[in-house]
Amino acid sequence: MSKSRRMFSVSAIVGVMALSGTLAAGVARADVEIEYWQYFFEARVTAMDTLIDNFEAANPGITVKTNQFPYADYRTKVAAAIPAGEGPDVVQLFYGWLNDYVDAELIQPLPTDAFPVETIDEEFFPMVQAMKRDGQYMALPTAVRSLALFYNQRLFDKAGIENPPATLDELVEVARKLTVRDGAGNLTQVGLTSGMTAQDHHWWREVLLRQFGGQPYSDDLKTVAYDSEAGRKALEWYVALDQEHGVTASTFMDEPQAAFKAGRAGMHIDGSFRIGALNDTRGLKWGVAELPAGPDGTQSNYSSYWVNAVTSKATGEKLDAALKFMAYITSDEAMQIWLETVGELPAKPSAALTEENQNDPIYGPFVKGLGYAQSTVFVDESGQRQLMTDMVSRIELEGQSVEDSLSEAAKAEQAILDGFYQ
Amino acid sequence: MSFYDKLSVKQKQTLWAWGFLAVPIVFYVVVRFYPTANAIVLSFQEWNLLGARTWAGFDNYVTLFHDPVFWKVFRNTFVYLLIGTPVSLVLAFIIAYHLDKVRFLHGTIRALYFLPFMTSAVAMAWVWRWFYQPVPIGLFNNFLASFGIAQIEFLNSTTNALPAVLAPAIWAGLGFQIIIFMAGLRAIPKTYYEAAHIDGVSGWTIMSEITLPLLKPTIVFLVVFSSIGFLRIFDHVFNMTTNNPGGPLNSTKPLVLMIYDTAFNSFDMGYAAAQTVVLFVILLIVSLLQLRLLRDR
Repeated sequence: MSKSRRMFSVSAIVGVMALSGTLAAGVARADVEIEYWQYFFEARVTAMDTLIDNFEAANPGITVKTNQFPYADYRTKVAAAIPAGEGPDVVQLFYGWLNDYVDAELIQPLPTDAFPVETIDEEFFPMVQAMKRDGQYMALPTAVRSLALFYNQRLFDKAGIENPPATLDELVEVARKLTVRDGAGNLTQVGLTSGMTAQDHHWWREVLLRQFGGQPYSDDLKTVAYDSEAGRKALEWYVALDQEHGVTASTFMDEPQAAFKAGRAGMHIDGSFRIGALNDTRGLKWGVAELPAGPDGTQSNYSSYWVNAVTSKATGEKLDAALKFMAYITSDEAMQIWLETVGELPAKPSAALTEENQNDPIYGPFVKGLGYAQSTVFVDESGQRQLMTDMVSRIELEGQSVEDSLSEAAKAEQAILDGFYQ
Repeated sequence: MSFYDKLSVKQKQTLWAWGFLAVPIVFYVVVRFYPTANAIVLSFQEWNLLGARTWAGFDNYVTLFHDPVFWKVFRNTFVYLLIGTPVSLVLAFIIAYHLDKVRFLHGTIRALYFLPFMTSAVAMAWVWRWFYQPVPIGLFNNFLASFGIAQIEFLNSTTNALPAVLAPAIWAGLGFQIIIFMAGLRAIPKTYYEAAHIDGVSGWTIMSEITLPLLKPTIVFLVVFSSIGFLRIFDHVFNMTTNNPGGPLNSTKPLVLMIYDTAFNSFDMGYAAAQTVVLFVILLIVSLLQLRLLRDR
């Protein structure tokens, strides 16, 4: 309600301004209205509203209309609207969808005079370079997300643990101390949450695999590379958490984040987007640490992000306005606002790696993780995640050997990649 | 003289009839037939929702035929049907038969049975999902554990998950089937039973010679209706396994969930349309077969 009222008042003011301007001198700037589309997530919408207010104040004559859709409908609506000449001038999309949007000519490249490639290469975190096509940037993020280890401070205190684990060995050790079973041996509290259906598939693919000396894909991204010795070791280590050390169970309390929120899990690996939800949880005292380092000290992290792009619908003065808006929402100022409202991290080291952010007990570990983070170039994120889930299920439920399950997953994922890159 | 006035009475009647019929016809054409035809065309194309549609010939069907997941899902769909329909019908009949004889609080008891049918499938699926969880939150397992019995993996098991998902789906449909059965039972004339009593016929003969044959139209309706329901099962499965839809290892995945997944997670619309066409054909065959087998000879 307040939103529509505000929209109304904004447009009313703009209307009155336009009218009086025209009447008064006849020199009124042509008013431009551009449309911005995003999917509905409350904190993101609030943050975007703030950014738009700031942008409109700084750029009189441009109004930005926003529209948000439930995540499930988002892609369909965008796809239907833009070719029909309707819909957004600036659109938000997941970084993994870029190929689809470029191929379908839904978005246009950012002109190099306003968005010079070298400057962006230099200023943004390196993973953002995945947004380049033919020497031009197609899209840019405001914020990025990374993973970190959440831990329950109360359970740590109770178990007499002073510091969060810094290595994988320590992680197992600490998790053991935090695991509680009842008289019959049923888990009532896990040391570490787990579940490939949540964030573990990222943790395994981009972190554990690299820490055991492997890599998920070939350098040209077209070949699955984890069916290797390193892959086997990484998977063995992961499966042992449940099967050998007994410090976790993937089905414990239905969802990993639920177990952590309920105070039934000592540690939990999750993204920075979880901060908001945990802040709202009464009675939970928690901390954050960087992801544990590998056996040889290798650190790695996974980063994902949403980007904004100018659609092919925007032309003429709308294009100019859209580019101005793009420039603003990818500025340091916008990134800081986004961090404070949504909890997602700035996409530029200059804004992210400030003294203040790095020393922040909550954001710090995430921000540091960005420095060594990798972004998977997904071609079918849910399909590729499903393969990781099934890989572990085959071992746990059907007793398949780690090697066979790994090979089967690699073959299936190769088929997905081939289907896309053929 | 206008065109209308020149028409004969019969022609005018025809015109009016078509005029009124046009409304539902337009509705069906736009809302049912056009999308159906479009889906069939789409099943021969490739489309990721964003780009242009391109022709793919029979590629989608060939892929489908060689997809092991499809055959697994195909099997699951029929397991849902072959367990779900008989179990729910037998249960519904037994309950309806006895409920019909109960006078004490009849309305209340009947309402209690009908209640699950009115409850949102999503809410019900989530409640059952929590019932099925392991210790410490699952109702069933906490109960078992308090007696020192080993936990049962309801949902995280390739063998138990499908029956566990099916149980609430059967329960949810029961209320409707009971009401229909009771209406069928009430419609059987009392005189037949009185005659049977006078002749001193056994209870079993009354059941097999009077009640069941006269319930046949009801049974046909319910078999077809619930078969279509179980073949299209989706919301219970999806909501009870959202973390790993249709899992673990596709052991609970029905065809509709595979279609949903292909279309709205993998954005492979052509392939999803091909699956839809297959589902359509299955539904058609099963329904025609049942109507044929169960109709009056």
